[in-house]
Amino acid sequence: MIDLAFDIRFQQGQFTLEVADRSRVNVLGLFGPSGAGKTTLLEAIAGIRKPSRGEIVLGDTTLFSADKGIHVAPRDRRIGYVPQDALLFPHMSVRGNLLFGATSSALDLQTVAEMLEIAPLLSRRVQGLSGGERQRIALGRALMTHPALLLMDEPLAAVDRERRERILPYLLRIRGELQVPLVYVTHDAEELSQIADRVLVMGDGRVLRAGAPSEVIDRR
Amino acid sequence: MPDNALGIAAFSALMALVATLLALPPGVVLGWLFAHKSFPGRSVLETAAMLPLVMPPVATGLILLRLLGRRSPIGQALDAAGLEVIFTWKAVVIAMAVMSVPIVLLTAKAGFQQVNPRFEQMAATLGAGPVRIFLTVSLPLAGRSVLAAAFLGFARALGEFGATIMIAGGIPGETETLSVAIYRLTEVGREDDAMGLMLLSLLLAFGASFASNHVLRRQQT
Repeated sequence: MIDLAFDIRFQQGQFTLEVADRSRVNVLGLFGPSGAGKTTLLEAIAGIRKPSRGEIVLGDTTLFSADKGIHVAPRDRRIGYVPQDALLFPHMSVRGNLLFGATSSALDLQTVAEMLEIAPLLSRRVQGLSGGERQRIALGRALMTHPALLLMDEPLAAVDRERRERILPYLLRIRGELQVPLVYVTHDAEELSQIADRVLVMGDGRVLRAGAPSEVIDRR
Repeated sequence: MPDNALGIAAFSALMALVATLLALPPGVVLGWLFAHKSFPGRSVLETAAMLPLVMPPVATGLILLRLLGRRSPIGQALDAAGLEVIFTWKAVVIAMAVMSVPIVLLTAKAGFQQVNPRFEQMAATLGAGPVRIFLTVSLPLAGRSVLAAAFLGFARALGEFGATIMIAGGIPGETETLSVAIYRLTEVGREDDAMGLMLLSLLLAFGASFASNHVLRRQQT
């Protein structure tokens, strides 16, 4: 578990994201339609996007503060990010991808590969892998950095229902066995009720409701 | 064709190769910076880097002559180190390299612009710094464009005349390149010999340009 607090404003063209929350994260779900600002919020936490004002604090570390002029570079945040399209490096093998951000204090390659059942793929190139395989490799790559927080952007959106049910247990293992706190974006209420312990329902760049999945999703 | 035609062609190709190797690091790094990074003074730096492409080559040669000549601080430092540059093969390489940098830069920049910047962002979230991102993500992903840039830079270096004649002089057997030899032979009425060298020049330039197009075409398919 880790404390995550943010109160930020981000503007790009017509779109404005203005969100605030403070919670002790085990699995924080971000739920809402496309264009709600879920990915933008993830990217702001990861440091890829810089808000125009506000503050993001993870644990004891201020990652961003407009007032104090703080913007910790993404590479120094120790935040793993698994984007919707996995973004595996196309010029590297599966092993190369997994080892890209590996730190000495992280899990070893074999443990991660076995846990996510991607060990047979290690020497493969990433071209030709299925959506589910790509997501598990992207997840493994992020875990190898020993992240303090893991951001997952619709990790199951690119896979069919059958595979979805196969991948979800891996995510539950990350939560259970590795104790890595997650911020988890999805469109799927059922998925969220299985994995999240707190949910922010977002719409039009704002947090509309916040609370336990059963409270906020039932009112959907 | 003159007796030493192949010698002149080989000398030109060797000088162009060394010049390309010198032009690649600044051309590729600047191409990457201009493709993805914003920083103060970028427009001025980008315009300055393009100057050898748009200025008369003899004017660039004159600048190089002033910069490297014995009366300049750089020239005096080279002199003190016992390095003779002006009117030697080193001047040929410098002239060719300076004229090649813009074409290398433009081609590499176009390649880096095709690389999805999200790969670089992803590498940053995985703990990589700018140098590692450049070397392990951007450069390999733009690899074919960088190779094409090298071929085009080589072709440009091979065709160099104006700046070369200003700082290397075109001394037969020492600093005379294909372009300079074609000019000299035409001047003294040996047009048939000049035509022979022109054919060699054409072959080399065609080969380099063809190779550049070939690698770029394979990148698109």
